[in-house]
Amino acid sequence: MALAGRHDAPEPPDFGILKRLARDQLVYLLEQQHDVDKLYKVETRPGPGASDQFCFLVRPRVRTMRFIADIVNADKMSGRSRKYKIIFSPQKFYACEMVLEEEGVFGDVTCDEWSFYLLPLDEDIISMELPEFFRDYFLEGDHRWINPIARALQLLNSLYGPFGKTYGIGRCAKMSYELWRDLEEENESEGQGRKPEIGHVFLTDRDMDYVTALCSQVVYEGIVDDTFRIKCGSVDFGPDVTSSDKSIKVLLNSQDKVFSQIRNEHFSSVFGLLSQKSRNLQAQYDRRRGMDIKQMKDFVSQELKGLKQEHRLLSLHIGACEFIMKKKTKQDFQETIKAEHSLLEGFDIRESTSFIEEHIDRQVSPIESLRLMCLLSITENGLIPKDYRSLKTQYLQSYGPEHLLTFHNLKRIGLLTEQSAGETLTAVESKVSKLVTDRAAGKITDAFNSLARKSNFRAISKKLGLIPRLDGEYDLKMPRDMAYVFGGAYMPLSCKIIEQVLERRGWQGLEEVVRLLNGNEFSASDSTVEDNPAWESQRVVLAVFLGGCTFSEIAALRFLGKERGCKFIFLTTAITNSARMMEAMIEAKA
Amino acid sequence: MDCYTANWNPLGEETFYRKLELYSMEWGLREDLRDCVVAAAPYGGPIALLRNSRRDKIPGARPLLEIYSSSGLLLASVPWKSGRLVHLGWTAGEDLLCIQEDGTVLVYNLFCEFKRHFSMGNEVLQNHVLEAQVFHTEFGTGVAILTGALRFSLATNIDDLKLRRLPEVPGLQKPPPCWAVLSQDRVTMVLLAVGQELFLLDNTSCSVVEKFCEFNTGIRSPPKQMVWCTRPRSRQRAVVLAWERQLMVVGNSSECIRFVLDEDSHLVPELDGVRILSRTSHEFLHEIPEASQEIFRIASMAPGALLLEAQKEYEKESQKADEYLREIREQQLLPEAVGQCIEAAGYEHEPETQKSLLRAASFGKCFLDKFPPEGFVRMCQDLRVLNAVRDYQIGIPLTFTQYKQLTIEVLLDRLVLRRLYPLAIRICEFLRLPEIQGVSRILAHWACYKVQQKDKSDEEVAQAINQKLGDTAGISYSDIATRAYDCGRAELAIKLLEYEPRSGEQVPLLLKMKRSKLALGKAIESGDTDLVYTVVLHLKNELNRGTFFMTLQNQPVALSLYRQFCRHQERETLKDLYNQDDNHQELGNLHVQGGYCEQRIEGRVAALQNALDEFYKAKNDFAAKATEEQIKLLRLQRHLQEELDKPYLDLSLHDTVATLILDGHHKRAEQLYRDFRIPDKRYWWLKINALATRGDWEEMEKFSKSKKSPIGYLPFVEVAVKHHNRYEAKKYAPRVPPEQRVKAFVLVGDLEQAAEAAIERKNEAEMSLVLARCSAGTDGAVAEKLNRARAQLLKK
Repeated sequence: MALAGRHDAPEPPDFGILKRLARDQLVYLLEQQHDVDKLYKVETRPGPGASDQFCFLVRPRVRTMRFIADIVNADKMSGRSRKYKIIFSPQKFYACEMVLEEEGVFGDVTCDEWSFYLLPLDEDIISMELPEFFRDYFLEGDHRWINPIARALQLLNSLYGPFGKTYGIGRCAKMSYELWRDLEEENESEGQGRKPEIGHVFLTDRDMDYVTALCSQVVYEGIVDDTFRIKCGSVDFGPDVTSSDKSIKVLLNSQDKVFSQIRNEHFSSVFGLLSQKSRNLQAQYDRRRGMDIKQMKDFVSQELKGLKQEHRLLSLHIGACEFIMKKKTKQDFQETIKAEHSLLEGFDIRESTSFIEEHIDRQVSPIESLRLMCLLSITENGLIPKDYRSLKTQYLQSYGPEHLLTFHNLKRIGLLTEQSAGETLTAVESKVSKLVTDRAAGKITDAFNSLARKSNFRAISKKLGLIPRLDGEYDLKMPRDMAYVFGGAYMPLSCKIIEQVLERRGWQGLEEVVRLLNGNEFSASDSTVEDNPAWESQRVVLAVFLGGCTFSEIAALRFLGKERGCKFIFLTTAITNSARMMEAMIEAKA
Repeated sequence: MDCYTANWNPLGEETFYRKLELYSMEWGLREDLRDCVVAAAPYGGPIALLRNSRRDKIPGARPLLEIYSSSGLLLASVPWKSGRLVHLGWTAGEDLLCIQEDGTVLVYNLFCEFKRHFSMGNEVLQNHVLEAQVFHTEFGTGVAILTGALRFSLATNIDDLKLRRLPEVPGLQKPPPCWAVLSQDRVTMVLLAVGQELFLLDNTSCSVVEKFCEFNTGIRSPPKQMVWCTRPRSRQRAVVLAWERQLMVVGNSSECIRFVLDEDSHLVPELDGVRILSRTSHEFLHEIPEASQEIFRIASMAPGALLLEAQKEYEKESQKADEYLREIREQQLLPEAVGQCIEAAGYEHEPETQKSLLRAASFGKCFLDKFPPEGFVRMCQDLRVLNAVRDYQIGIPLTFTQYKQLTIEVLLDRLVLRRLYPLAIRICEFLRLPEIQGVSRILAHWACYKVQQKDKSDEEVAQAINQKLGDTAGISYSDIATRAYDCGRAELAIKLLEYEPRSGEQVPLLLKMKRSKLALGKAIESGDTDLVYTVVLHLKNELNRGTFFMTLQNQPVALSLYRQFCRHQERETLKDLYNQDDNHQELGNLHVQGGYCEQRIEGRVAALQNALDEFYKAKNDFAAKATEEQIKLLRLQRHLQEELDKPYLDLSLHDTVATLILDGHHKRAEQLYRDFRIPDKRYWWLKINALATRGDWEEMEKFSKSKKSPIGYLPFVEVAVKHHNRYEAKKYAPRVPPEQRVKAFVLVGDLEQAAEAAIERKNEAEMSLVLARCSAGTDGAVAEKLNRARAQLLKK
């Protein structure tokens, strides 16, 4: 990134301790089991093995419980007696015990908890690795994950000192925040007196901004995620990329010297940077010539290994770029991006609609088609009834009738809706939705179904100036604002809100936006933390995304941090992208 | 003070015993003690008394069971209504055990409130209890019984009742004149006398015991009671024997100490002495501890004694003080002297003596540089506590040694047990005990007692409790509420629960009180889904299905949680749930989902038919129509499958038609196109793609001419190019409308034509596009032409 920040961004807190804590606890749990000799993935049924004890390390999911119950019951049938232990991570749910009980194996197993809430993926990203959160909370209205989130906040608070200011928007954000405060009150004194390392916290719900998550990603890290799927901070590059006959697993984080330079760049500048890099590398290799023996010896012992490593990574990333390019040209990537941009800007809606229709008719990709439909709906505050029917019909004809259920889900969550008569949010509606957020007032209405909110994207976009006015070409190599992560066409809404609130130190002046977003904003400051602007921690901001965040948003905020001389760190329930969101909505054939 | 040692009685060379009065008894007892069944708990515990039990056997007369404090203040009394009582005894937790003739043991608390009862077994029931003893071991409190059959039965821990019958004692013809229970190394045994012999009876055998010491009392009648009287770490082992009018202390020396008893007395063994209870007084007989001996023995030159003397002289402003002090300091024994004085102070019951000893210690400390103050301070604190509990109003005559053995925590528990809350709190505050184990614990106990006071209204009690407790840390209002509920005061419990700040804590009790709906609200408020599940499950079992569902309807959070659970575990219930609130949309969805699980096509069609009905009811025309189409498609697919012997099932409409075309069944494809009203655009896209894949260019050409293409002709070009057939592609390029023609020609690779088209359209962007494709070698002419045209265009 070329622009120099106002002052140097502070170092993020050390997340290593999170890993150490989790590891120690797991080691302790497993040692109680004595001699764990083999590890299996839970999905694959363990071999008949002679072992007389099984230990399952699982997420608290009903499906998994049934799987375990089957194993236990099968053993019982064949008269085998074993010891079974289930270690739940991050915590046990009563529903799981209920399932075990109903399956009649509750007495046969013992349970334990591994309170592993936070997995640091990189020096500035912590993930809770809970991809199911998105569907469970936003679609099913299931609040069970709020407790783990509050506990995760509690853990951060106890390790990195009290947070100075907390802001947030969204129902889940508010509930999590309140539950966390309750937890803190119950066992006071733990994090107190520690030097605060995190100055600001911003919590946001994914449903505050679906638009950003639905856009095609064009920063390198995002595009790699869209194309290859980054899992837990690493990616499998297939034979197409490695130009050999096997796949290679590559860790993608700031340790990777090549990747760390290009991850936040717009894809169009990546090739340039990579070739620059390869020339530099060559130059370094070339220094060998004209070296005497001693220098050569030093070179081999000190630098060569690093260079070789870099060389390997460079060729992998070049391979990845080539693969992406090939794939993109095949799928009319430019056309898609163009359609997306017109949707964001809100012109030529008809043309975009027929583009989507053609996309469906040609069976380009079920997920992609769905994504474009959703993007159309959410930017337009719902589809006009005619399009709503015809696009859905087309879709069912192309990709199969089972998607009828998918559409139902999308409607419920508010991603694909029909325009209704009254366009803007009425005062009554916003009042009702306010009431619904009060914890006990759930009686008024089932907040998840009947109040599928309007997105009001166009109005918000205008208010916040999300579409930059273009005078001339947007220089993607020298970005001037966060819009660069979408080719200069659109500034991510979620990031813009964070920027605005941090700038204003609160929600003043954003009342209209908040109303359009359906409220649920809050801000609070910890009175025990002095407001000392000289402290480094004042410039460390923890951005919490409930329901997932995309690499584009991460890149945008990293850029903002560099501009403002502060450091953003990220806590998310999972890394997400448009495809993951769409897949979460698809009703799997049972 | 000169006659301080007046009540010291020597036994042997080294040891002295003294008897001092603790209290003059307040109980105004008219009967002789021997007419009562008496039991006093150790550690200065309460005294239980049952009058008239053995002598008057007037039927119908109800003897009174009374409990007194050690100072003889009545704590409680209750008329004895049960069977004949043989023995009374106290447990370590100060519960009263009343052993009846039939082997039933009734347990009462300190205030004569009945707690529970248990039986010592059938054998005891049949043969009756002859004698009984209550004993204490490391396991807890035990009961030993001698039955009418002259057999011993015992239970070592009454809280974990395991009855044991000991083997028969050979040659036992009549009840042994005396016996005792011993416990050593986790084994409990009975020691008994048979004639002149002593036997030790354990689980399996009965063995003769050797004599340790023999003493001739010179009294013919057997003693009424005999108990150990020795202090920890003493060299002297002594027992106290009591006759009607005589008390004797006997050790291993040849002499003994004799006391005359004015009235009938009862002995209570303690850790460091013996308490002697009589109608009018309560005395304590004990061996003088070493420190006291050293200081007070006549003409003692021990450092402590000298220090005490020095301090007295100092108070008299005599210079002798200096002499004494000097003497101690010359021997460098001052720290020892101070220590002795502090220790001895602990053994004194009279505050005056305590004070003078402490004053001496304090005086001595002044001449010491770095004497650690803790010991002194702690002794002062301990003595204040001890003096407070020894007050006759409280009546716990603990000695310092007993107190240290008992620990402050247990002492506090015992105060709480006696409902002496204010004193307990004062002690906590005085000793600065942490709130959780000190003040708040006691307040909680107080509150639990308070809720049992039935004469006050719920409102009053709740307010009084809240006023006292406020937000004291570590107080659990839900525990207090639970107690209130257990006492049958549900309304009070609910009032108290409102003070509980953690809503999660309120739930279990509310459930117990069957206030499930309130519990559900609180559970949801707590944000703990596990708790919500717990309540939901509870409701499910408690209510009938209809009301259960209705309750859930009002609690969306709970409802969605339960739905989530049903979705995975109980699909049928889910259907019922949706049925209940006429959610036809969801019902339809469920049927659709269920349909996919059906293997047989008939089953699937049936499921979809059900879904269709529901969608109609839900007025969801779209879903209904889509489902109808799907049923139609399924039937058709089955037909195709049978006829063409190829899997068609589960294909989408698009794929079905495409497959038909791929296999050359154009007629059928056409039929589907019409039947399902496939939009023209889709059909054309689909058909040309399928034809191209099939390589059926002839058919494609025919198709292109069948009517005007709704998707234009560029797709034809694209498809052909995609399948690497430039020849065919070229056929369609001219039919492409002018605005796309350039692209079409570029696609087929005919740059010349492309250039021409671009020039014709006078479109600079298109010209550039073509130019970019021109390679210098082969397409020179075209490039030149384009450049020229462009220049011309720009000129204008």
